Amino acid sequence: MRSNTVGWLMLAPTIAILAIFGIAPFIYVLYLAFHHWNPFGADPSMAYNGANNFRRLVFDQEFLGSVAVTAKFAFFAVLSEIALGYALAQLFMREFPGRGFFRTIHTLPLIVAPIVVGSVWRLMTTPSIGIIPYLLRHWFGYDLNIGRDASAAFALTVIMDIWHWTPLVTLTLLAALLALPKEPFEQAQIDGANRWQIFWHVTLPMIRPAILATVFIRLMDALRTVDEVWMLTSGGPGAATRYVGLHIWKIVFPKTDYGYGAAISVIVLYLTLVMCWLLYVALVARREKKRTF
Amino acid sequence: MRQQRPVLYLLLWLFLSLLTLFPIYWLFVISVKPAVDLFTTPSLILDTVYWKNYVNVINNETLRGYMINSLIISTSNALLVTVLAFLACYALSRFDLAGKENIFFWTITNRMAPAAVFLLPFYLLFTQVFTFGDWKLYDTKIGMILLYCTFNLPFAIWTLRPTIDGIPKELDEAATVDGASTWQVIHEVVFPLARPGLAVTFILTWVFAWNEFLLAATLTSFNARTITTGLSEYVTTTGTEWGAMAAIAVITLIPALIIFSMVQRHIVAGLTFGAVKE
Repeated sequence: MRSNTVGWLMLAPTIAILAIFGIAPFIYVLYLAFHHWNPFGADPSMAYNGANNFRRLVFDQEFLGSVAVTAKFAFFAVLSEIALGYALAQLFMREFPGRGFFRTIHTLPLIVAPIVVGSVWRLMTTPSIGIIPYLLRHWFGYDLNIGRDASAAFALTVIMDIWHWTPLVTLTLLAALLALPKEPFEQAQIDGANRWQIFWHVTLPMIRPAILATVFIRLMDALRTVDEVWMLTSGGPGAATRYVGLHIWKIVFPKTDYGYGAAISVIVLYLTLVMCWLLYVALVARREKKRTF
Repeated sequence: MRQQRPVLYLLLWLFLSLLTLFPIYWLFVISVKPAVDLFTTPSLILDTVYWKNYVNVINNETLRGYMINSLIISTSNALLVTVLAFLACYALSRFDLAGKENIFFWTITNRMAPAAVFLLPFYLLFTQVFTFGDWKLYDTKIGMILLYCTFNLPFAIWTLRPTIDGIPKELDEAATVDGASTWQVIHEVVFPLARPGLAVTFILTWVFAWNEFLLAATLTSFNARTITTGLSEYVTTTGTEWGAMAAIAVITLIPALIIFSMVQRHIVAGLTFGAVKE
């Protein structure tokens, strides 16, 4: 039998790179989180201030509000992307003329840099010059004004995210569907299972790990979205689309409040981690339990 | 049981494609308009085409350099990441390593960090820690290639793991019994079956590296500056040179499209292995 040494050797480069570029910066951020440091503020020196940064963020309404609105954003965006992405991946499994062509078209949004996506959507939706408000008013008499209407701005950031990232979900789920063995499907058909039964009892259990991995990736990316939303709404109107990533960005860049920004980052990282870990444990435990039956 | 409704599918795809393409079409429209025309009443149809934005971009030597940097960085990064992730996933899937599920989860935590705060530690690492005499990791292509691993490697490992796990272990065992070495098993049994997954991983990591902006803007100045950063120089919150920005954005789509069509074949090749037939 092969020894585990070979396995560790295969993992070694990955662990080394992630340890150097992942852990080292994290330790530095953790250190900063317990300090007051605003290099361009009234007091530019770095001073240890215990848990004051953390005490401050618990009562920071702006921060708490941004967490709530980020959670809402991630929930709607990721749920729609998974449902839509799965449906599209299934459609790509069928044979129809021009499949390769449509697949290429469908992946195009991915190639566009987030900063460009935000800019284009802004140009398309800015009242008075954008094509979308113009058409909506012309055709439906609806007045879209993302500068004033908070829920419209929120919905628009979700739609933009869906437009940009559904192709990623489609591709990863397509790869998973393509790797599935044929036999269980043939067997199910011989046994007379209908489409729904095949989906529920054969496809879904087999691609659940892939769906889970995709949900994780999309969820954590949605939770730290910055570029696109920054370009589209700059977090407005008010704080309607000021997601956590943007909030931190505003504290670290325009305000150069590094200590407080680091504290918020540590907390956000912690919340994301705990949430994902609970989800992961719940789903892995379920998988393990099934295996014993 | 096979139901074929090609016309219906075609119509459905045409509709979906219109939705997908519209913002990209609009990007193109912006790129071929003089700045003053952007603020008039919008119209869906393009009547005059103004190529000057493209001419300016193509004649700009600096931007061409950025483009080449971007190509080198994203292609090397995607290759490195795909190979490392493939090995890591194989190890996680086939070996009984102590704490491997924890390692698997730990990899993804590297992608969770909110970017803004981590720029500073990265900057310090690149300018003060990773230095040998006069040489610094700051503003080098190798630095960016390694740095992009922090978000691409976890992504690749997580997208590839289900594919590798899905390849039946019995195939490896059969090959081993026939006298194949570990390397031969990976190369001749697992690799061909994992090809659609590997192709998708390569494409997506390539795109992430190609589009990354914040880290490149902070950690490069000229020698390793990427095209996204060059593009962002035209985008500021106070005012944007929309035409030039859009023209660069459209041009950056071209290499991406070429890479896509090259890798696309491998996704299709995967169809013959495990296609689900209805």
